[in-house]
Parts: sequence; structure tokens; C-alpha cells
Amino acid sequence: MNTTIREMLFLLWRSKAAFFGLFVILLFYIVGIFAPVFATHDPIEQNIDQRKLPPFSEGYILGTDELGRDLYSRIVYGARVSMLIGVVSVSIALVIGTTIGMISGYLGGAVDTISMRVIDIMLSFPYVLLTIVIVSLLGSSLVNAMIAIGISHIPRYARVCRAAVLSEKEQDYVMAEQSLGAGSFHLMFKSILPNVLAPVMVQATLGFGDAILSAAALSFLGLGAQPPTPEWGLMIASSRDFVTSAWWIVTFPGLATLFAVVGFNVFGDGMRDILDVRLHD
Amino acid sequence: MLSYILRRLLQFIPTMLGAVTVVFFLISLAPGDPARIMLGERAQKEQIEELREELGLDKPLVQRYGIYLLNVVQLDLGKSIFSQRPVVEEMLELFPATIELSLVAITIATIVGIFLGSLAAVKRNSPFDYISMSGALVGVSMPVFWLGLICIMLFSVILDILPTGGRINARYFFLPITNFYVIDSIILFFQEKDWSYLTSSLLHLVLPASVLATVPLAVIARTTRSSMLEVLKQDYVRTVRSLGVPRFRIIRVYALKNAMLTILTVISIQFGLLLSSAILTETIFAWPGIGRWIYTGIAARDYPVVQGGVILIVGIFLIINLVVDVVYALVDPRIRITKKAE
Repeated sequence: MNTTIREMLFLLWRSKAAFFGLFVILLFYIVGIFAPVFATHDPIEQNIDQRKLPPFSEGYILGTDELGRDLYSRIVYGARVSMLIGVVSVSIALVIGTTIGMISGYLGGAVDTISMRVIDIMLSFPYVLLTIVIVSLLGSSLVNAMIAIGISHIPRYARVCRAAVLSEKEQDYVMAEQSLGAGSFHLMFKSILPNVLAPVMVQATLGFGDAILSAAALSFLGLGAQPPTPEWGLMIASSRDFVTSAWWIVTFPGLATLFAVVGFNVFGDGMRDILDVRLHD
Repeated sequence: MLSYILRRLLQFIPTMLGAVTVVFFLISLAPGDPARIMLGERAQKEQIEELREELGLDKPLVQRYGIYLLNVVQLDLGKSIFSQRPVVEEMLELFPATIELSLVAITIATIVGIFLGSLAAVKRNSPFDYISMSGALVGVSMPVFWLGLICIMLFSVILDILPTGGRINARYFFLPITNFYVIDSIILFFQEKDWSYLTSSLLHLVLPASVLATVPLAVIARTTRSSMLEVLKQDYVRTVRSLGVPRFRIIRVYALKNAMLTILTVISIQFGLLLSSAILTETIFAWPGIGRWIYTGIAARDYPVVQGGVILIVGIFLIINLVVDVVYALVDPRIRITKKAE
């Protein structure tokens, strides 16, 4: 399974949906990284006499929220927060999950049995519930929400990686290196790891979207980001009281979340299809 | 056969035990002394000590864990810190609300999902396929609580045709009998010949159940489509087709039946997940069920309530998985044979 990057890009180009996903993801990253350039106002500056202005008001393209903050600028900075959430929680899950999967798949035996039992117990919790339980242990904050999401994502990486390792370790090159005296650590993280990364990366792309949604849900329940952080879920939560009076405060943060998550899901699905086709060929 | 079921049952016990253990330790290690929370900031030190003793919090953690396990086995989940009522009692009172909501939601998701999914598979690459699959993609990519607010805004505020929350018109004098309001209102209809209770309780169900159904519906539609496509490729389908069996009969009788195994797994998993996403939906629609109870429990640091609620949901989730596995073994002989070989 030696996919070159050029080959990947070619297949990606052929799948229009996945390419659209990649475009959305890039847009999301650019807006997040260069948020100060895109924003027109300070995202947390309140302006009491400019409260609840409708969209297309002068100077406020998407209007203002209940405290007179520019909705557009808050959504732009929200991209940065969501990006951070995705990167941190996916990294936690990816590193720990892949390591567990690798060791458990490579060593087998008792180590495998025990770690898979632990993973089973984690999977016996519906995912949302596990995140909520962990955050309520750690205390409500954005950082803790990211940690909790990271931990509850561990099982999926561990499983995907373990499955890939199981089939990979039977390959000739592993045997060859082993007979040349390569140590276990070298074999696991230098030889096998690059070859099992593809399915793990697909999982990471899909996980990114999930992480954004879960963080939004946690913030909505008051367990994640705290005011005045411009986080999309929190913005939706505080818009609850304005469903009767200011539709834009409710609508736009949700649309932004939807757009970003669709991007990650479409791209992840596309990548998975590409890899599946390659595996079946 | 019997040995497979027995073995599967025995597997359930350590997993459940593991889950209870995780819940106990996670929540007991959470910051904040329950006794202090109960008595408030100005409580005397002696009072707090007394209460800690009463709650058994002065004992070492391992001993508390042992006591907790013994109690759980006897279905005693402690007392709510705030209402001072037994957790199990409150749970039983609120549980019908959640079950009513989730059953309606999973029914909507199953019927609409299978219908959309199989039609999309048959009309592969048609506009219908693209539109319904894009819809499914949007369904899984959306914050559910946001959809809830948008629905309230559209149907309750602007169009004013559906209620914003609750289970029945609050002005009605309504004494629940079974706590399943739909059943209760049917009973009331027979007693008083009055439709209004039933209409009201059904109308209150429409928004929360549809919102809760969104994600499972999307997932079921996608799975149905892909497993139908898989089945339609099989040789036997080609054979019946060549025999001139009408297309929709092929789908209903031959294809769907074989695709059903995969679809059923997804439905059962989704039902378990739905119980936990009810925390969000119930909170938005002021639906007095287990989800909102857990949410208020977390906000108030009412740890017996949170522990009890989580254990309940995990337990149901595991039992559903168990039942599905056993049903499979009964239906599909291939499964029990391969399991035996392992």
C-alpha cells in the first residue's frame, strides 16, 4: 500500500465531492489562521447601543448579537477556536489510540487481550455520554472539553490501527527486517507505522468533524468553552433566548458549524472510498 | 446454540461491571465535596463532617466502591442530593418520557431511513440518489441542538403550529397513569371521550422526536443504500432478475431481506446512541426525561443522579447489543458456527 501523494491527489481530483471537501477544509483553516485579517471587528468587544442589529446593517454584514458584538467577526474567530479543538483532540486520540493499536496488534497475547477489553469498556459508553462524564470529572472548560473528546475518540484509532497492523505484520518486509535483527520498537514505529497510516488518517479526517460537533455540544451544555469565547456551540447556546426576536443570532453560527463539518465528512468519505477502491483492486 | 447464548450472556457481566466501575471512579474523583455542596458555603465544619459520615464519604474510596457495587446489584443507586428522593424512584418516573420519545424517534428514523436508502440504491446516480444522500450528509454534520432551535423558530414561532416544549398542554389537568403520555391520553379518551389530550401529547412529540431522529435517520439511510448496493450485485439477484421477477419485488423480497442484517445492527447501535443524545434534545424541548435529568444533575453536581443516569443508559446500550447478537445467532446459523470455531 504505497500510495504516493501525487496518486492520491489525482484520485481526489476525480472525485468531485472529496475535492469540494478539501476546498472547504482549506478555507476553514485559512479563515482560522488569518482570523484577524478577515474579521471586521473585535469579536468580544461589546457595543450596548448596537444590540441585535439585523444582517446587512451598516458595518455589520451578519448583524450583531445580544451584546452588540459583530456576529461575522465572532464566527470568523470561531473558526480558529474550532480548528484548535479539532487539532488538539484529534492529536490526543491519534497518538494514544495508534500507539495502543500498534502495540496491541504487534505484540498480541495478553497485552492485546487486556487493552482490547479496556477499549470494549470505553465503547460500552455511548460516545456523547463518555465525553460528558469525563468533562464533569475534569471541570468545565474548553481545554478539558478537548481532552475529554480526545480520550473518547481513542477506541476508534486503536481499533483501526490494530486491524491494519494485524495484516501488515505478516508481510514479507517485516519478516525480512526481523531476520536482519531489527528490534520491536524499530519494526513497529519505523517499518509498520508508515504503512498503516492511510486508514488512520481517514479516521482522523472524519474525527475532526466529530470533534467540532462534540465540542459544540459540550459548550451548549455549559461544559465546554466559557463566555465570552467566540465558540460556535456557545454562540448557539446563548442564542436560545432570541428564537423569537433575532433569527440571525441563532442561524449563522450553526450554518458555519454545518459547513465546516460537511467539509471534513465529505473529504473523509472520499478518502475512504479511494482507499477502498485501491484495496479491492 | 445454547452455549453461544450463555457465553454471550457471561460476556455482558464483566463489561457492565467495568462500566459501573469507570462511572463510580470518574464521578467520585470529580472535584468538589458533595457534603459541602449540599450544605452551602456557610455550613459549619462539624455539620459537614456529620453529613460526610451519614453519606459514607468518610470511608476509604475502595470500601465505598465495594458498598456501591453491592447496592447497585440490589438496584439501589442512592439518593438524589437535591430532592432527597431515591435515584431509582426518580428514574422510573422519568424513564417513560425518554422511552416514549426515543421509540417514536427510532421508528421515524427506521421507516424513512430504509425507504430513502433503498430507493436511492435502486435509482443509483439519479437526482433522487444525490439529493437524499446529500440530505443524509447534512443530517450527520449538523449540531442537533441547533436544528432543534431552528425548528422551534420555524414551526413554533413563525408558523405557530407546534408547541415549543413540554409533553402536553400545561393548562390541562392531567394525572399521568403510566407516564407514557400517549397511552395515558388514549386511556383518557376512552374515559372522557375527549380527543384534546391525545392531540396535544402527539403534537408535543412531533418536533423533539423528529430532531432526535435526524442523525439515526441519516445513518440508516446511508447504510441501507450501501448494503443494498452490495446485495444487488450478488449472483442470485441477477438470477431472479433474469427469471423476469419485477424489480420492486426483487427489492422487497430478495434484496432487502439480506441487507437487513447490516441495517439492523446499525439501527440497534443508533438506538443506544439516541438515548444519550437525548440529553441535548430533551434539554432544548424541556422534555422531562432521563436526558434532562442527567443534564440538571451535572449542572447541580448531584452525583448520585449522574451516576445512576449514566449506568442506566450504558446498561440499556449493552442489553440492546446483547439482544441483537442473540437474535442474529437465532436467525443466521453462520454466526453461531463461526463463533464456535473461534
